[in-house]
Amino acid sequence: MAENRTKWFTIDGIRTAIAEGGTTALAIVEQHYERIRRDDVEIGAFLTLSEDRAMAQVERVHKLAMEGKPLPPLAGVPIAIKDVMVTRGVRTTAASKILDNFIPPYDCTAVARLEAAGAVILGKLNCDEFAMGSSTENSAYRPVRNPRDKSRVPGGSSGGSAAAVAAGLAVATLGSDTGGSIRQPASFCGVVGLKPTYGRVSRYGLIAFASSLDHIGPFANTVKDAALILQTIAGRDPMDSTSADVPVPDYIAELEKPLSEGAGSCGAGIPAREGTPASHESSRVPIRVGVAKEYFGSGLDPEVRAAVESAIQKLAELGCEIVPVSLPHTEYAIPAYYIIATAEASANLARYDGVRYGFRAPAARTLSEMYRQTRDGGFGMEVKRRIMLGTYALSAGYYDAYYLKAQKVRTLLTRDFDEAFRKVDVIAAPTAPTAAFKLGEKVDDPLAMYLADIYTVTANLAGIPGISVPCGETREGLPVGLQIFGRHFDEATVLRVAHAYEGARN
Amino acid sequence: MKVTEKDVAYVAELANLDLTADERARMLRDLNSILEYVDRLNELDTSNVEPMAQVSDRSGVDVSHQASERFAYAARDDVKFGLRPSLPHHEAVANAPDTDGTFFEVPKVIER
Repeated sequence: MAENRTKWFTIDGIRTAIAEGGTTALAIVEQHYERIRRDDVEIGAFLTLSEDRAMAQVERVHKLAMEGKPLPPLAGVPIAIKDVMVTRGVRTTAASKILDNFIPPYDCTAVARLEAAGAVILGKLNCDEFAMGSSTENSAYRPVRNPRDKSRVPGGSSGGSAAAVAAGLAVATLGSDTGGSIRQPASFCGVVGLKPTYGRVSRYGLIAFASSLDHIGPFANTVKDAALILQTIAGRDPMDSTSADVPVPDYIAELEKPLSEGAGSCGAGIPAREGTPASHESSRVPIRVGVAKEYFGSGLDPEVRAAVESAIQKLAELGCEIVPVSLPHTEYAIPAYYIIATAEASANLARYDGVRYGFRAPAARTLSEMYRQTRDGGFGMEVKRRIMLGTYALSAGYYDAYYLKAQKVRTLLTRDFDEAFRKVDVIAAPTAPTAAFKLGEKVDDPLAMYLADIYTVTANLAGIPGISVPCGETREGLPVGLQIFGRHFDEATVLRVAHAYEGARN
Repeated sequence: MKVTEKDVAYVAELANLDLTADERARMLRDLNSILEYVDRLNELDTSNVEPMAQVSDRSGVDVSHQASERFAYAARDDVKFGLRPSLPHHEAVANAPDTDGTFFEVPKVIER
């Protein structure tokens, strides 16, 4: 079983096995559907299966393989999608009752690009309603259980995406990350999760939560698989004006460079660190890894701290130079984030009014009654709470005190990273302050739940890339994640450091 | 207490929510607790700091260009390519809770 996983359950393993005739796309996909039917009753990662669409894609891949044609990079790879990305003809709910019956008429760009690269879309994954939450307990359908310990949450909001990879129900998945929703569940479930730079991946077809903070990114078993998925979904898309016109490097080629060779591909518009030659090949300074004391403060669980510190030690053994840096405004990230995110959410969720799609309250007599009853009945408590907070923060008399203030603090937080990245190539930190917590532990305390994102929201506010890679376990056997941040558009270095660490640990 | 019951009622109205009595009580408690935490932002002097609404105006763009010029790549030439094809009408209304096939239908807007 373990050997099977390494042979077939990586992207290259599957593609090679299909190309060499060792298996077929059909066999791989059927095996995954069998597992889903067997194991997902308990886990709850999937909301909808897209078997017709998957089988049509299996046919296409099979035809290519039979004709001996070159297979695209993700040929036959079973992938599942967080249910906040629209899929043509396949029900898309955002885990909300208000979209319970929504059948989108178009595809999210990231999903379309995966399919164009040969991937087989198995279905749609459970999450917190409208991606609002840190435990997946806010799903209007059912909570997801952590495959590593079923009494615990998988993290959130992309809990289904993390759990599906951890339980072997999909080889890779897509999630979305507005304040940590890819990295924190990856950490809780012991898989790799990558939030790219803002603008690296098109958001077209991603159901909007907070548009200036929302990102799409992959979950996978290995850093290399995450890099392969990013390679496929990254790049400018005319359908998203905020998708950046920045060339996409060959991430796989970058992965294998040694850490004793400094970062070459710096982010556009961000100055290279001091004392580094600008050209790629002449750089013989090792990768410099920043460590910020603000990420190792009092709220950090001692076992998580020990695992992350030993991972940083491992990076030093691999040839990295460890450099202390300061990110002095970190403690203001959560309050700034929850004002900006909820303000944007209150505007984005105004569209759910029962007119054009989704649920409509049946008994309303007037239009205004219909709006209110539809939203009252269609949204869950956390979504209403965030709409209320965001509406309050934007309302007359409070805009300057809350929203404008938070935007200014966002500038300060971003400057912290700009300063740090003059001295270092990446920054290493814990992904989350604790390992996975128990189901029900924080549901009644919204503020306690928000603090689960304390080490992840900073990367969303600044728009920098961040990855979570497994770095050990607690005594109870719960996974811990090492988080690595990089410069804008320098996913290549983030992936390279994570890949080297992963190789050294295994 | 920063937020009062009256504020909750007013904000709910702005947000097109009714909320049950129970939900209003929870909102009152939760909004006050969250905003109390948010108040620590006032420890920072931001009088000379520019607000930041977006990441995309500061990375991934040609900084030698000013303002909207930086986003020239995102502009679409309507004249040259014309309008993009839009959704067929029947698909656009297919998810509507109530439609006559041409328009979205809603309850009466004005009471007579």
